[in-house]
Amino acid sequence: MSTFTAIVISGIALGAIYFLVASGLSLIYGLMDILNFAHGAFLTIGAYAGLELSLHLANGGGPIGFLAVLLVAAVAGAAVAAAAEVLLIRPLYERPVSQILITIGLDLVVVGLLLGVFGSDSRQIVVPIWLTRATHVGSLSIPNGDFAGLAAGAVVYAGLGLFLKYTRFGLVIRAGAENREMVQALGIDVSKAFTFVFGLGGAAAGVAGLLYAVVFSGSLVGPTQGDQLLIFAFIVVVIGGLGSIRGSAIAGIVVGLVQVVSQYYLGSKSGWAEAGDISVVILLALVLSLRPGGLAGAKQR
Amino acid sequence: MAGTSSNQAAEAGAVDALEALGVDGLSLSIAGSRILDGVSFTVPKGGVTALIGRNGAGKTTTLRSIIGLEHATGSIRITGVEVAGWPTYRRIRLGIGYVPEDRDVFGHLTVRENLQLAEVGPNPRYDQVYEIFPELAQRSLQLAGTLSGGQQQMLAIARVLLTERALLLIDEPSKGLSPRFVGELVEALEKVRGGATVILVEQNIHVVKRLAGQLVILDQGRVAHTGPVEDLDDPELVRRLLGVSTGS
Repeated sequence: MSTFTAIVISGIALGAIYFLVASGLSLIYGLMDILNFAHGAFLTIGAYAGLELSLHLANGGGPIGFLAVLLVAAVAGAAVAAAAEVLLIRPLYERPVSQILITIGLDLVVVGLLLGVFGSDSRQIVVPIWLTRATHVGSLSIPNGDFAGLAAGAVVYAGLGLFLKYTRFGLVIRAGAENREMVQALGIDVSKAFTFVFGLGGAAAGVAGLLYAVVFSGSLVGPTQGDQLLIFAFIVVVIGGLGSIRGSAIAGIVVGLVQVVSQYYLGSKSGWAEAGDISVVILLALVLSLRPGGLAGAKQR
Repeated sequence: MAGTSSNQAAEAGAVDALEALGVDGLSLSIAGSRILDGVSFTVPKGGVTALIGRNGAGKTTTLRSIIGLEHATGSIRITGVEVAGWPTYRRIRLGIGYVPEDRDVFGHLTVRENLQLAEVGPNPRYDQVYEIFPELAQRSLQLAGTLSGGQQQMLAIARVLLTERALLLIDEPSKGLSPRFVGELVEALEKVRGGATVILVEQNIHVVKRLAGQLVILDQGRVAHTGPVEDLDDPELVRRLLGVSTGS
């Protein structure tokens, strides 16, 4: 029982990290109708930026140092994402297919650059020692990294919810997701919201990249890490319903749980190495056949 | 010569001062089909100009082109400022209020949020808007998507009244509304217009006769007739350009 509970918590933590990636993808699609294949690049850049800072902090710098590392990952992800929107996406506003193609191209370029600069070997983030330990709750032993993932997911979910509900930018984004043309016809410069949403998504992706490495990848960061995570984030967005933040949160947790639980019970015990990943794909097929619009079914195009 | 130039400039300035909107040679093709074919007209400041014509004549496309939602070629002057090539939001900020054909309220936002979104200038006039449309005040926390068609139309009009606008573009406000509500709507439009210039696209000739002073009639993407609204008393003109038999 205690093992099962620990696995469930681990699954939810993974789901929280998937949500961090998927929330940005979902916001960008909801407002701009762009499937952003460069999101994995923002994630990897954030992780590398955090890694660079961590190397300069003794023992990872303790809790404050780790928060600083997360902040740098967020800022790096946001800066690159916002710059990509202004320099690459904005000139192609009227050409949706070209927008998708350029995000694919950007991802390839970023991966290539990281391979060229850092090589193909993964590099290790220096993390505070407490993050590698576990907290004992009764007979349960829960890795502190799981708590970090859960906390980040919860903070971003709550923060996004408050931001979308109570700020003018949030109002513009919600309205723009419903009818972008009419937002402009009210005299609002919607391109600012586009850049902001890209930046916001990039920040969440940067944090996700760093946390995934710390919690689920032995603190190792590699040039293709973003692309691996992006596949699951897209699955989360599709299962949750394109454009729905709440759907992405629910789907993130469901996907994380299915992946971790099936990997443990089907994979580890039977030796079927890809059991978790295949279970997620089966889940995707089931959801699409039963609810083609995803769990929230916010937007189908 | 210099005197002549300055006279011409002064004359042009005087024309600009009287002109709320001028379009010249507005043309647009979509998928090989000519939707607008050199539409040209001017709208003087103040008063209501009705832009009418049969279905597919290009009325809605003309309004959408004026605010940049369609990328038509040609010249568009808003209060004397050439805006061709400007993005929509900049044209709107010159003082345009746009009420689209299908209302386009944000169904997932509340009535209040729909109005907040339209606050693009200082000192939004909520008191005035709620005085004209008290139902909106009562339903301020209701999702706009759950309003009736008439209430959505009120909201769409209220959005453009929240800030002072010099030019209102109103596209088929009576479309889909019951005759009883059309009467209320006309009264509301008369009340809210104030000093603004209005360009009204409308199929209902009775509404046009009641509200408008000037006519621009479009036919197959071209301006077929301009003149005072009294021209609608000519049954031959109405039959020929609007395809409507007045029976009088």
